[in-house]
Amino acid sequence: MDKIAKLISLITLGLVVFPCLLYFLGAIGLDAVKWAALAGTIGWFISTPMWMSRKLPVDANQVEI
Amino acid sequence: MSEETSNSGGEFEREPVPDSALLGSGKFWGMYAGEHAAGTEFMIGPLFLAAGASLSDLILGLLLGNILAVLTWRFLVVPIAMAKRMTLYYQLERIAGGSLVKFYNLVNGLLFCFLAGAMVTVSASAVGVPFGITFDVPANMFGLSNPSFTALVAIVGVVIATVAAGGYERVARVANIAAPWMIAVFAACGIVSLGQMEATSMAALSEGQFWSDAIAFVQEKNGPQTFGFWQIVVFAWLCNGAMHFGMADLSIFRFAKSKASGWAPAIGMFLGHYMAWISAGLLLAALIKLQPSLALGDDGKVTANPGLLAFQSLGWAGIICVVIAGWTTANPTIYRAGLAFQGILPNSSRAAMTLVAGAVATIAGAFPNLSAQLLGFVGTYGTVLGPMGAVIFVDFYLMKKFGLQNEYATHSGTKINLAVMIAWLLPVAVGLYLIFQQGVFAAYAVIPCWIACGALYIVLSKFTQKASGDSRATASS
Repeated sequence: MDKIAKLISLITLGLVVFPCLLYFLGAIGLDAVKWAALAGTIGWFISTPMWMSRKLPVDANQVEI
Repeated sequence: MSEETSNSGGEFEREPVPDSALLGSGKFWGMYAGEHAAGTEFMIGPLFLAAGASLSDLILGLLLGNILAVLTWRFLVVPIAMAKRMTLYYQLERIAGGSLVKFYNLVNGLLFCFLAGAMVTVSASAVGVPFGITFDVPANMFGLSNPSFTALVAIVGVVIATVAAGGYERVARVANIAAPWMIAVFAACGIVSLGQMEATSMAALSEGQFWSDAIAFVQEKNGPQTFGFWQIVVFAWLCNGAMHFGMADLSIFRFAKSKASGWAPAIGMFLGHYMAWISAGLLLAALIKLQPSLALGDDGKVTANPGLLAFQSLGWAGIICVVIAGWTTANPTIYRAGLAFQGILPNSSRAAMTLVAGAVATIAGAFPNLSAQLLGFVGTYGTVLGPMGAVIFVDFYLMKKFGLQNEYATHSGTKINLAVMIAWLLPVAVGLYLIFQQGVFAAYAVIPCWIACGALYIVLSKFTQKASGDSRATASS
């Protein structure tokens, strides 16, 4: 289950980044980039909590700028 | 200090970290990879452009500044962290005394409130985009934006403060999960912005005309401004001055198994303070090129509206990123400010004090000019908190060499080590005078204040330790 969730997370992260590269290269339009990024975002926040149970960093209550 | 008010992360707060709890370098790389890509990056990147920084200065200046920051972590913080294996707060308590550490923490908390306020503004700017609520920056420092935006700030502030009052853990977990995605969104924003400006060839990228045109536009609307190479270097180096020069990250590196862990901040710096800053700057350049009217506020000046910038580039994903980035930065900030306030009023509840901190942050967030001053604020933050790191440095390396007692508060039982208090407050007061009255760039004050604090601490300790030694001798005779 973890492996599938990780794979989905990787794909959803790709949906955020790769369409941008295609847009940069002139292969697709901006609307397609925006929809892919939204789909990737939704997918990321569904799949990632299933496997990412990293222990909180020791400075989780600290502030980074 | 109570365990809750020492604020250092829950484990081994008042004892050295044992060997069994030490962590390998990989853990630190993972930890720093997700940090330093925060809501502040959406404000700071465009502010470089608005301040007139050239693209070549930005690329080289950030490179050098970030390298210096990493070296500072590696060679200033890590050796002390690994030798003492204590949190910043516990080390300070042993040197400066419990009451002085509480005061230091209060100052820290107040500064956090303003940082959180800027993040409330950032989040509200994104929430307002779908509702057509514009983000106007008034001419006065303490002027409000339009009523709709001010009301939105109040709503966002109340939500963030209420969540923070429930504890930081849940939001910290969201921040943890969001971090890789947030970094991807920052990169995507930069790539899309370059595409929007048709800067898609090596020639166009190296020429940088898209950036020069944007600066010319900003200068025409906002008046001439300069932000030179060395300002960029020093800013990039010292914007986290409180964490490295100020030794706040002792709390992290006390767990380090090897000194090589000290290189781990490099990944946070180059993702968050290099890629993300440049990407966020490109967002404003793209907006100016494509829809210059949207980049202008009611007063006809260029305004960096993070929510709008991200929306123009990446649509709803951009808005979600700005909201989450602002929220996950503001939440622990308000939480820690609440703990600091509770340290002053021990009988109050943590939740109530967090709500007080949230109220202060929300009020600060209602003044958009404060978030527009983030470049200056971050330098001021380092100037105020950084010098305490010099006290730790001097106490660790020099006190015994000068024949003085290290960790003096522990040995003498004092609650306020006067030498530390004066050595800290005097240079900071001079630094703040130079920043606010003489207009000195805030980040320039960090290192002089740090050096002055360290030197004063030794000199003053010569007198205060001798005086108390004499009085003890008199009392015992």
